[in-house]
Amino acid sequence: MQQMTSVLSTNAKDAAWLGSEISVQNVCKSYGVEHFGKQVIRNCSFTLERGKLTVMIGPSGCGKSTLIRLLAGFERPSSGTITVDGKPMTGPGVDRLVVFQETALFPWMSTYDNIMYGPRARGQDTPEARDLAEMLLQKVGLAAFRKKYPSQLSGGMQRRAELARAMINEPNVMILDEPFRGLDAMTKRLMQEYYANLYSEFQRTTFFVTTDIDEAIYLADRILIMTNIPTEVRASIDVNLPRPRHVENITESDEANAIKMQALGLLHEEAMKSFVRGSKAAADFIEAYSKRVNQG
Amino acid sequence: MNWGGATALKAAGFVVGEDLWRAIVAILAFLIFWEAGSRSASWLGFALPWISQIPPPIAVLQELFTLFQDASFWQSAFLSTLRVFEGFFAAMLIGIPLGLAMAVSRTFYGITFPVFEVLRPIPPLAWVPASIIFWPTQELSIAFVTFLGAFFTIVINVVGGAQAIDVRYFQAARSMGSSTWDIFRRIILPATLPSMAVGATVGVGITWAVVVAAEMISGGGSGAGGGLGFFIWNSYVGGSYTQIVAGMISIGVAGYISSAALRKLGTWMTPWLTEG
Repeated sequence: MQQMTSVLSTNAKDAAWLGSEISVQNVCKSYGVEHFGKQVIRNCSFTLERGKLTVMIGPSGCGKSTLIRLLAGFERPSSGTITVDGKPMTGPGVDRLVVFQETALFPWMSTYDNIMYGPRARGQDTPEARDLAEMLLQKVGLAAFRKKYPSQLSGGMQRRAELARAMINEPNVMILDEPFRGLDAMTKRLMQEYYANLYSEFQRTTFFVTTDIDEAIYLADRILIMTNIPTEVRASIDVNLPRPRHVENITESDEANAIKMQALGLLHEEAMKSFVRGSKAAADFIEAYSKRVNQG
Repeated sequence: MNWGGATALKAAGFVVGEDLWRAIVAILAFLIFWEAGSRSASWLGFALPWISQIPPPIAVLQELFTLFQDASFWQSAFLSTLRVFEGFFAAMLIGIPLGLAMAVSRTFYGITFPVFEVLRPIPPLAWVPASIIFWPTQELSIAFVTFLGAFFTIVINVVGGAQAIDVRYFQAARSMGSSTWDIFRRIILPATLPSMAVGATVGVGITWAVVVAAEMISGGGSGAGGGLGFFIWNSYVGGSYTQIVAGMISIGVAGYISSAALRKLGTWMTPWLTEG
């Protein structure tokens, strides 16, 4: 119960609470048995710092989704440890919330009922929770759509509703699995702005997975670049651009461009490796990358 | 035409606009073809094969009007309807919890599914003799066969619907703190509702098909109290062809009304599928 008392609602009073710190140490994950198994994650170590937004980026088909399932507790590592605030993690918990790649809003519930799902599940359909839901509806611009079903919302609205549904639970850690994937460029830009605002207002430990380097630089405090399967951390780049960030400033910032070139270079190397192993996705990436470098 | 009204009618499941005219023309053409065929001997001067044996629609219509004033016809229709709904509701009452249990518990599924799959392909009508022997009254044996007609369809639909639920819904619910009971009540039940509705709509249609056959075979009680199936059989034995066709049409209409009503109910219970 104490854990649930909100940062959202008590943000002003208790600004110090920024969520948990998650530490991943030498984590390996394989599927299958012994020699027939496939190692997806190898010796992965990194820390999600308290209140920081860590963005993970890597070639498509690397073990990102597996890593998310491990962090969420849906699966256990084959070896290595994951600790939450120093304590070993056991299974899924209300303290870590995943927002999925494609929307997983419950189609049979209205926007409002979807957002209130978490509080009701814990028997907390209280006036405070309802106020919070109301505020979140306003924040994500869905106040007029509270009674609509997910099928009646646009793709961008659905993602926003899902962010609100996760945030109302005030998790200690938010895990976002390519939340804006598949949206058109304009909607995606808008979503990133909505999200950046939400994040700076309700700052907490966040793990954000994407394949979009511009999105990563716009949002991240730290970027983790992953290798191909078996996945390891290839590099960790701190992004110290001042917040609030604006897309225009970032395009002109030398620091941001340096980070971008560094990240693209590393990703290119990783893509080349998997290209040699015959990955179609990698071939696509290399093609896109060469165009980009030639432009720049 | 008032388009707002047309849209509302369409939304309510009525056929409107061009489709309405097509439907009217099709039915009229069918009736004229039937009438002409039946009366071909007098109208065309020669009897068409097969179709000239069938009583013409006008005669059937007259027969229907006569029957509508006959209390025993209504008694038959009432009895069949009663049996349909007894069997159907029993099938829903047992089938839905059984289907849900099979979908939720792997152990229960492992135990029940093989038995279920062996019994399922047996046509309900093959159960008639066994159920006459097994059940103490004729009424119960007919109701039982009717029950079987809807039961398997409902169970299969519920199991399929519940097993097809996207695993991300469970993960999302679980990570927001849902208990197992909460997940059952707020995820599994609503997510399975659409397939329950489909199972019920299809099931009730089968129920009508089965009840009539069961009544014919078992005799369906005595005389006027035998239901529509027995009514048709009786008309056949008595040689009244117009009554046979009138009975058939009554069953068609009754089956259509039952299915349409259940479809409406299903749509009403799953508003998220239609509101857009």
